Amino acid sequence: MKMTISNLNLYYGEQQALAGVSLEIPRNRVMALIGPSGCGKSTFLRTLNRMNDLIDCVRIDGRIELDGANVYADDMDLVRLRKRVGMVFQRPNLFPMSIYENVIYGCRVHGLSDKKRLDEIVEKSLRRAALWEEVKDRLDDSAMGMSGGQQQRLCIARVLAVEPEVLLMDEPCSALDPISTMKIEELVQELKQEYTIVMVTHNMQQAARVSDYTAFFLNGKLIEHDVTDTIFTNPHDKKTEDYITGRFG
Amino acid sequence: MEQTRKEYIHELAIVQEKVAAMGDKACTGVQLAMEALLAGDTELAREVMLADDVLDEMIVDIEDSCILLIAKQQPIAHDLRVIAAGFKISTDIERIGDHAYDIAKTVQDVGVLLDNERLKWVQLLGACAVDMAAKAMRAYREHDVRLADEVRQLDKKMDAIFAHTFYALSEFVTTEAPHQKRITQLLFIARFLERIGDHAVNIAEWVIYLETAERIHKKDKA
Ligand SMILES: Nc1ncnc2c1ncn2[C@@H]1O[C@H](COP(=O)(O)OP(=O)(O)OP(=O)(O)O)[C@@H](O)[C@H]1O
Ligand SMILES: [Mg+2]
Repeated sequence: MKMTISNLNLYYGEQQALAGVSLEIPRNRVMALIGPSGCGKSTFLRTLNRMNDLIDCVRIDGRIELDGANVYADDMDLVRLRKRVGMVFQRPNLFPMSIYENVIYGCRVHGLSDKKRLDEIVEKSLRRAALWEEVKDRLDDSAMGMSGGQQQRLCIARVLAVEPEVLLMDEPCSALDPISTMKIEELVQELKQEYTIVMVTHNMQQAARVSDYTAFFLNGKLIEHDVTDTIFTNPHDKKTEDYITGRFG
Repeated sequence: MEQTRKEYIHELAIVQEKVAAMGDKACTGVQLAMEALLAGDTELAREVMLADDVLDEMIVDIEDSCILLIAKQQPIAHDLRVIAAGFKISTDIERIGDHAYDIAKTVQDVGVLLDNERLKWVQLLGACAVDMAAKAMRAYREHDVRLADEVRQLDKKMDAIFAHTFYALSEFVTTEAPHQKRITQLLFIARFLERIGDHAVNIAEWVIYLETAERIHKKDKA
């Protein structure tokens, strides 16, 4: 197991957003998180690299381990944690800089400045994000001039540039057209050779296509998690079946 | 929470109704073909043969509905099993209908030629086939896994009756040499009835899959 979550509770002030969530995230696999809007998927994803620490009123108990080490340990180095557990957000959040600078942004934060080394990282990351061929002749152009799908893949390249171990993706395709979506899905399939991926999606077909495991959340609770093939052919819980077949939402 | 996809759920229910209706129609066909056979009623046999066209139309309609649902609604889980079972079961029903047609055609071509002893066996075999097909369709309609299982068990009884019937008819062939050709036709009827039982078992297995997601493989028959 790459990450192990045990009995996790999360409160935004008085409001409980996650209740008693326990889940194991297997190494080099894709786990899809599904569930209706507001059920706590993004909240859960953010607990995995402590992005929730940035929100004031958040209170968390339970335990999260990364390779057996307590993620919420007092002496946890958050910069290093977020390098190891990278995040791609729902909307592309690029900086108003060149494509090149966007890719290596994280590397600069981590103190890398060797030009030759940075060039290598840019090419490698863009290739892996299936974007290199499209942008290799305009690396110095502003990233803001790219299409939505390209921007999203650039965000992925930026995360990959710091060589994380776990990749968290929050609805990475929600703003993309079908072709860009398929490119991202193919990318996810390739990346799982080396990374552990946790992906939130509202697209049931996407979850069925790309993930090995699926976890279904409802009202802050983890209702059911299993091998994706099982969830989509013969879910255990009636609530899961009603959700994936679109009977409520 | 609010119910969504009402239209889709309605269309899934319609597919199931269509399959059930087709099944009833085929069962009636077998029943009437047996009546025609036992009474030597060639007029009734002709009606059974005509009714087969309706089954052919019904299966095309079911297949079209299933294909459209797949294309437009991407069914999964139990919904997908409704579609998969709809496809498979309607094929088995069609075959049952074809065998009813075959029996009726034999009645037309050959007439009846049986003494009470053979009649008893063919009647028994026919009753078993009708019983299995009707129960399989009732299991489908009523989501009754236990009844589906009963149909699977009935297959053994069917095999035993078939063996007896086949033996009795074969014997008849040798003793009634002048009618050999016509009696050989009756051997085919026994075979058709036995096949109807097999299709009923297939349907029962798909009912179990539909309701439980469990795949059951019929053990190979010798
Ligand atoms: N920063 C915050 N402060 C207070 N409450 C929050 C905060 N973020 C989320 N919540 C609440 O926590 C619950 C879970 O929200 P979350 O964003 O995790 O849901 P989600 O499953 O990701 O939904 P969606 O599919 O719409 O993205 C919601 O009730 C939401 O209102
Ligand atoms: Mg969210």
